[in-house]
Amino acid sequence: MTRKGTFNFRLFVADQTQNSVQAEANLTAFCRQYLPDRHHIEVVDVLREPKRALDDGIFMTPTLVVLAPAPIRRIVGTLSQTLTILQTLKLDNQAA
Amino acid sequence: MKLASRALAEMPVKARTGITGFDDITAGGLPRGRSTLLLGGPGSGKTIFAVQFLVHGAQHEKEPGIFVAFEESPRQIVRNMAGFGWQLEPLLRKKLFFMDAQLKPEIIQSGSFDLSGMLAALAVKARQMGARRIVFDALDIVLALLPDAASQRREVYRLHEWLVEHEFTGLITAKDGGDEATAPGLKQFGFMQFMLDCAVILNHRVDHGVSQRNLRVQKYRGSSFSEDESPFVIGSGGLDVAIARTLGRADAAVSLERVSSGVERLDTMLGGGYYRGASILITGYPGTAKTTLGGAFAEAACKRGERTVYVSFDSDGAEMMRNLTSVGIHLGRFAKSGMLRVISARTISGSAETLLVRIKALAREHKARCLVIDPVSTLARAGNELTAHGVAERLIDWAKADGITLVCTSLIDERANHVNDGIPLHVSTLADTWINLNYLLQAGERNRAMSIIKSRGTAHSNQVRELILSKSGVTLADIYTAGGEVLMGTLRWEKESAQRVADEVAEVGGQLQRVTLDAEEAVLEVRVRSLQKELMAKQVERRLLDRTTETREDELSRGRKRMRELRGADIAVPEAK
Repeated sequence: MTRKGTFNFRLFVADQTQNSVQAEANLTAFCRQYLPDRHHIEVVDVLREPKRALDDGIFMTPTLVVLAPAPIRRIVGTLSQTLTILQTLKLDNQAA
Repeated sequence: MKLASRALAEMPVKARTGITGFDDITAGGLPRGRSTLLLGGPGSGKTIFAVQFLVHGAQHEKEPGIFVAFEESPRQIVRNMAGFGWQLEPLLRKKLFFMDAQLKPEIIQSGSFDLSGMLAALAVKARQMGARRIVFDALDIVLALLPDAASQRREVYRLHEWLVEHEFTGLITAKDGGDEATAPGLKQFGFMQFMLDCAVILNHRVDHGVSQRNLRVQKYRGSSFSEDESPFVIGSGGLDVAIARTLGRADAAVSLERVSSGVERLDTMLGGGYYRGASILITGYPGTAKTTLGGAFAEAACKRGERTVYVSFDSDGAEMMRNLTSVGIHLGRFAKSGMLRVISARTISGSAETLLVRIKALAREHKARCLVIDPVSTLARAGNELTAHGVAERLIDWAKADGITLVCTSLIDERANHVNDGIPLHVSTLADTWINLNYLLQAGERNRAMSIIKSRGTAHSNQVRELILSKSGVTLADIYTAGGEVLMGTLRWEKESAQRVADEVAEVGGQLQRVTLDAEEAVLEVRVRSLQKELMAKQVERRLLDRTTETREDELSRGRKRMRELRGADIAVPEAK
């Protein structure tokens, strides 16, 4: 199921709140482990750029938007469950 | 924005909701610049309450609002609210914004999260449109995703802080069992009730198949409020909360004007009729002419040119009018001219509250000055026993406040215990005038008796009258009391005619006696005259007799002397023997 190509992530965070900091750390660690050199992460702070949260319909922080590969998916939360993320990204066969 | 820049202190402390009755209960509305929790089960009217609150703010208070929809799509909500005639469309451009915050099913959750993103986005939108009111509809859906109670509490706190910081008047709705689920543990998000400034609970239950809605303000920091459950209905204009007697409403115009009851002698008994704006209760068993009295009142009102509404629960309106024609009450022409509005409410079902709201709406629409409800006891139909009394109370209250003269008939249930006079609603204590109709079974007849049990502020007759229905109308007749018994109907008629005959006999007898005496007098007079005549005759006779005797004696003595002379006898001749 693995596909070559870059994973394009946009992570909406709320400043340095505990959940947001955790999510950013989890995402970075995840990418390092499973998607080395195959990812791009954009971090958007909704407190600084609330307009973008409004436009993207972000209501909960942190929210990870998987922009590519299609389809667009959203994962809400601290991204603490690695298995869930792998399943969402269809990378679960790699996890084993 | 104009309002945003104004200092909070200058603003009224409360934000009016525009919900009939609710602003009265809370003495002004929701706490301004604070957060309110609205709890209720599914279908209890939370969303309607919330939208009405925003619409009123946008339309009448110059307070634009934002509706954050977690559960339904904004388009669905707007469509659902179309029935209330609030005209949302023009507001949607600038004054009312629906934010679609539905949790899409494709959203995947991993770990804890918070609502900062939404609040940040909201702040931008609110600034753009100068919003002052914010509704979070169905917050429970979001909270349910949070992993633990601590996170839930944290998010509610965050929301609350954010609202307070921005001086928004916030309304958070959440599903809850309402008051039914008072046991601890059943309330999922009970902590919210402690955290927020004001909590309102909407209850919805079904009694005997009749839906009953109630609203209760559970807490309201820094304000007094009515603590009782208040029934409400979802009417054509949104929520309509029934308020019990509001303090300070005693200023309803009190009138000294009298209005006719439609029955002339009843007016006399009441010292001139009912008071304008009074509430009159007519009670009686089935068939005691309650409807007739109601109809007579309606007819009299229409004749005076007063717009009248007649609510008939028992029979069809047309039928009722036809039946009244038989006793000389003609409502048809007034119904045709539009002066009278007859409503057949026999088929209207629903809670007593619903009926009251409909009656109120109809009366307002018709601009009624007089209202007849026949019978008001219908309100206490199955399923409404508990609420009916309150409804009747508010009915009277409302009629008084609006200066409407209200005539209610009430059926006395023959099977009911008579401890409370058998009147199911206990309206009797509230009504200003209470007329009771009864049957008197006597000598094989059933006759209608009418008495005024009470009439506040008017001298009224203490007499029982017989109510007579005839083709020419309704009349009252005095009743006879004889030997401690009241006589009515034929017995009264008999008594009346017997009296008449006796009077005549006495009169004739007197005349006869006078004539007899006259005759006797005449006879005596005649006799006196004839006796006098007789007397005179006797006297004459007597005189005649006297004279005759004298003459004879003279003759005799003269004769003897002559003889002696002729005989030439001696002078000294002795007397012959």
